[in-house]
Amino acid sequence: MRSKSILARRFLDTTVRVLSATSAMVGIIFLAWILIDVALKGAPAFDLNFFTKRTGPFSIPDTGMANAIVGTLYLTVLATIIGVPIGLMAGVYLSEIDKDSHISTAIRFVSNILMGMPSILIGIFVYGIIVAPMKQYSGYAGGIALAIIMLPVVARTSEDILRLVPNELRESALALGAPLWKSTLTIVFRSAKAGLITGGLLAIARVSGETAPLLFTAFNNNHFTWLGESGIGQYIYDMREPTPNLTVTIFQYAMSPYKEWKEQAWGGSLLITATVLVLSVVARAVFRGKKYDGGK
Amino acid sequence: MPLSNIKGNNDVGMSPISAKVKAVAGVSSKKIGYKLDVAFKLTALVSGLVVIAVTLGIGILLLVNSQTSIQHFGLGFLTNASWNPVEENFGALSSIYGTLVSTGIAMLIAAPIGLAIALFLVELSHPVLSRIAGSAIELLAAIPSIIFGMWGLFVFAPLMQQHVQPALGKSLGFLPLFQGPPMGIGMLTAGIILALMILPYITAVTRDVLQMVPPVLKEAGHGFGATMWEVTKKVSIPYGIRGIVGAMFLGLGRALGETMAVTFVIGNSHRISPSLFESGNSIASSIALEFGEAVQDPLFKSVLIELGLILFIITLIFQVLAHVWLLKLKKNEGR
Repeated sequence: MRSKSILARRFLDTTVRVLSATSAMVGIIFLAWILIDVALKGAPAFDLNFFTKRTGPFSIPDTGMANAIVGTLYLTVLATIIGVPIGLMAGVYLSEIDKDSHISTAIRFVSNILMGMPSILIGIFVYGIIVAPMKQYSGYAGGIALAIIMLPVVARTSEDILRLVPNELRESALALGAPLWKSTLTIVFRSAKAGLITGGLLAIARVSGETAPLLFTAFNNNHFTWLGESGIGQYIYDMREPTPNLTVTIFQYAMSPYKEWKEQAWGGSLLITATVLVLSVVARAVFRGKKYDGGK
Repeated sequence: MPLSNIKGNNDVGMSPISAKVKAVAGVSSKKIGYKLDVAFKLTALVSGLVVIAVTLGIGILLLVNSQTSIQHFGLGFLTNASWNPVEENFGALSSIYGTLVSTGIAMLIAAPIGLAIALFLVELSHPVLSRIAGSAIELLAAIPSIIFGMWGLFVFAPLMQQHVQPALGKSLGFLPLFQGPPMGIGMLTAGIILALMILPYITAVTRDVLQMVPPVLKEAGHGFGATMWEVTKKVSIPYGIRGIVGAMFLGLGRALGETMAVTFVIGNSHRISPSLFESGNSIASSIALEFGEAVQDPLFKSVLIELGLILFIITLIFQVLAHVWLLKLKKNEGR
């Protein structure tokens, strides 16, 4: 720099500015291009059939994706029921019970590894422990695979969120004689509520677009796999069966040679993308809205 | 177990005051309270241990279920480039090659562009634009990878075939990297799609790191008459280098194990070709496409699971490296 003239330095600076702005534009244009393409190609697939008819073999006219949409909902709910409580309690352990022992360091480290684990390996794992012994693809296997993906995400975000709760709140609850569980569940959780909801929603958003872990677990199916013909069973999927879901259907349709199926795959992509984006926006809005609440 | 625990406790939470009075006054409920405390702590500990158990379980299951293949092929599996399910001659080399090359291309593209976008957001753009574009990029990081794969196959691959690959072939065709017929799909396209997929992620983390640089340090640089780029090069990047490298490692980890974005566009052939236009395969794409048919054949299935084991080990190495980097970053923050 010593010998460089001010002109040379300014020139270099301007070059970097231009390069940086250009690559920002290129990057943003590409990403916007993808989103716009998904919207433009997906929207025409949205008709009544798409939301009311089941997927079917190509020879059958008037098919839709309704069974896959319902199946994805059930898989996501199952994953949430399993993954969120366990992840949350793991977060409680790391933040409230045992902050700095070897065990919590190990849990934190392993959570990070599990978070970066390729999701297809989680699919193989669940195939090995559930599908292979049962000799049956099932919705339970799919839900558990998704729950495993949620687990470290929920654990680490809830740990971070719980740590934001000021210690005075915990101390005053404990000073009143409340046991740890009560101070955690009624005081700490309450003041961290918005953050915890955000963490949960982000984890749900993360798994609702997953395909790879469902390929050999939930598999796919062309039917509404209702549990029964009447009563409550007609509204609930039989998760012991292979469970239809949007992402695997999109994969199979997109890889097929049929034009109509490809169009439906774009429709499914738009639906998934929109859902994930809305979930992420809502999650952020919840957190932002409540950020300065509850004595934080 | 944890679910029932939370449900039960929420009922108590409905009337916190009376519960609190009871807890303070009544000896018996105090005892119950402390007994519940033990259960609560145990539930939390078990939940934490579930994370460890699952991760260990994945490693063990991959190791156990790949034994058939490991005993059949031995270490030669890693250096064998052939893949013939009919003659049952399998090797992992083409898959490992494809995984590393597609990830390498992705990083070559995404790392500098991600850094440039982060720089633009932090140093150059108007704060309002920076905030909006910043949130948009964070949102884009959440888009499912299958979307990138589909877009790559239907929109980007034809474009590559008709315009980009012929142009590259003409201008850089003397390199073996850019020779061969333009097919649209292939290693180069897979790398570019992967780059697009990890770009928002790398950008978001790098932006956070650059924003963490204390303004005082940058102002001191500007006070000496340094230009924006000089301040960035000599102050911001050295200050945040570990965080930036950590971000790159995390993006790398994502690219290595990505399945759907790659499976659509890599072409899925088990061969090693010097040309980036040729189709190839990655570990994850092979497993995704071939596991279904391999289920009937114990050796084939075991081979794919051994591929999974190799992927597990590769990602583990990068994860640990990233972790070590980030740990150093935290230590330095205290200074």
